[in-house]
Amino acid sequence: MAMRKVAIVGAGMTKFMRRALETGKELAWEANKMALDSCGLTMNDIESVAVGTAPDAFDMVHMKSEYLTDGTSGWRKPTMRGFVGGGTGVFTVAQGWYHVASGLFDTCLVIGEEKMSSCMPHPQAAFVTCWDQFTESPLQASLLWFFAWEMNRYMNAHGITEREIALSSVKNKKNALDHPCAQLAAEITVDDVMNSEVMAWPVKRLDVSPTSDGAAALVLASENVARRITDKPVWIEGVGWCLDSMYVGQRDLYYPQYVEVAARMAYEMAGITEPRREIHIAEPYDPFDYKELHHIEGLLLCDKGQAPKLLADGYFNRDGNLPTCPSGGLLGVGNAIAASGVMKVAELYWQLRGEAGKRQVPGKPKKGVAQAWGDEMQVGTVVVVGT
Amino acid sequence: MISSRVAIIGIGYTPFRTISPDVSFKEMMFEAAFKAYEDAGVNPRHDIDSFVDCAEDFTEGRSIFDIQAPDNIGAALRSIHTVCYDGIGGLIVGYMLIQTGQYKVVAVEAHSKLSNMLTPGYLVTHALDPVLNKPLGYNANYIAGMEMNRYLYDSGATREQCARVCVKNKMNAIDNPLASYGDRITVDDVLKSETTFYPLSRLDTAAPTDGSIVMVLASEEKAKVLAKKPVWIRGVGWCSDTPYLETRPWSEAAYARLSAEMAYKMASIKHPRKEIDIAEIDDSFSYKELQHMEALKLCHKGEAGSLVEEGATEREGELPINVSGGSLGVGWLGEATGLQRVLEIVLQLRGEAGKRQVPGITTGLAQSWRGVPTTTGTTIILSKE
Repeated sequence: MAMRKVAIVGAGMTKFMRRALETGKELAWEANKMALDSCGLTMNDIESVAVGTAPDAFDMVHMKSEYLTDGTSGWRKPTMRGFVGGGTGVFTVAQGWYHVASGLFDTCLVIGEEKMSSCMPHPQAAFVTCWDQFTESPLQASLLWFFAWEMNRYMNAHGITEREIALSSVKNKKNALDHPCAQLAAEITVDDVMNSEVMAWPVKRLDVSPTSDGAAALVLASENVARRITDKPVWIEGVGWCLDSMYVGQRDLYYPQYVEVAARMAYEMAGITEPRREIHIAEPYDPFDYKELHHIEGLLLCDKGQAPKLLADGYFNRDGNLPTCPSGGLLGVGNAIAASGVMKVAELYWQLRGEAGKRQVPGKPKKGVAQAWGDEMQVGTVVVVGT
Repeated sequence: MISSRVAIIGIGYTPFRTISPDVSFKEMMFEAAFKAYEDAGVNPRHDIDSFVDCAEDFTEGRSIFDIQAPDNIGAALRSIHTVCYDGIGGLIVGYMLIQTGQYKVVAVEAHSKLSNMLTPGYLVTHALDPVLNKPLGYNANYIAGMEMNRYLYDSGATREQCARVCVKNKMNAIDNPLASYGDRITVDDVLKSETTFYPLSRLDTAAPTDGSIVMVLASEEKAKVLAKKPVWIRGVGWCSDTPYLETRPWSEAAYARLSAEMAYKMASIKHPRKEIDIAEIDDSFSYKELQHMEALKLCHKGEAGSLVEEGATEREGELPINVSGGSLGVGWLGEATGLQRVLEIVLQLRGEAGKRQVPGITTGLAQSWRGVPTTTGTTIILSKE
């Protein structure tokens, strides 16, 4: 059976910020409206809705997608929330894809919403209850400890230095200067990162993305409908997702195997055999600077342990051979978890259509990959788009 | 362009128990999954292409529940995701995944460990609008009482007719070895049990129970090879109405009507009352069974109460409803409740329902509602052929 083609035909997002005055519903609606307006559709043209929003504990709203229904234009429509922790954003796009690819619907609105600021004093508290209740929760571990282990292991396995990794933060925060929705765009240096406060060694404050409020939305359509809406559809060519075992102590953290499995799923569907040649632009998930490099390797875009060297050579700059996080990523634009994943696919959509303004990468990219990650170093979600 | 059919080829479940202190939810998930894979004759490590788990964080008492999902059902390092949705929603996702043509076999899991929850009513309060409704600080189940009042007023159904639903379902549950709350009670018992949220009484309300259910879905070509008795999914529908208490329709279950319309259209069902042989519908509160019968067009508006009174929905009646015992008899299983209803339909269509087997049936319907305060529901239509 030939696969039904699914296109992205519209995109929108709110500004990402530390503390939005809008409710989650309002944020969702703002992104939703922008996406609909961008392709000349209205709520009535949307047949189904795929919602992504990360843990309910952030804003203490139980069954959050039910609460959001008005803002996501899901009212009196088939609306469903998929959830894979931090990987939710990019996964929501895959979820929208199967709504349309199944033949059940011709249009699907994909929306990622996050309001982290309601969790006082810091959304970190929401993570305390996510570990295994017997072996891990009693440690009262902060998420940052886990990242510190992983960063340490990554550095050790390949002999990478903190300075090499810091360059990723420098690049992304600089890229974000050109993004009108960015929260933490800045011109910083490697020294600034090195001198910033140590949170859990080797993770320092500027290695970490901020917590954010925001929303992002995409309009998906089947081939027939997409051709009527736009002459520049961006096709979803491959999707993949994978969860590894929750027992983090049983896995070697130096390499994200689960990202590779998800990427292979997506590449196979997209008919990509040589990702390094065929992918022109990438939006790997970068909640921490080392994570961007880690994920570039997991996406098979370079050899294991080689990402820092290529980064230093400018390979991943906006004008480099393979621009990564040209949007500014989570480090620059902000980490409104589910919204950031959708934002990454939206960035590819704008880049592939040549509509990314000052952020536009040169050379008319034709194929891009976006990826998100989450849970207990466990989830990989990957979407490949092309023109 | 729906070109292929999808079947349920394997079912696995734990017994449903009001408390289960001897096992964790992980062990329950493992037991159900193991049985389902045995039933379907598949090895999860290489025969299943994708897994779906249904869970809500607060009900589980853990943040980011999907962390815990893969290991227990053989899905580690495989394609798996969770949906924050009812179990039938999980089946719908499986159905969509198979219809894309990219996946051939999908497993769906949902479970309940509600016995761990000390104050379920107040947990539900957190599902209310945090600005407008939650600050009132009420146990959110008052919404069901208000809705019941409005439904009885509009439909002309009576309090006694609602009580008949409890009597029927608890009686049906006696013959269901999985059920937790089978009992012989009378209409008077229901009316005299203490009022919880007027006009609801304690016996009008489904009580929680623990358990896990796993189902394996397959494409037509795989199902024909693997399954001896495949049960085909003919139609699916799901829908959310507005979450606002202030603007929702209080007597009609619009979400159930719209989800059923979608499913009927897909299954080419024109006259549900004639074409559906058996139905398992939401009865988490007694009046909900009546309200949903009308919304699903299994009877006319205002007719449900008298049908129940006449015995038309009993096991031997013209349209058997909740032969399993429903949520009132089996117990309410959180997000797994929908799968429990599908489980009953599958057992009935396979002819494996034992003492409660309804003879000569080919088409069944299962429907669910996500509970107070949501307006979200799903419908699925299953058939032998």
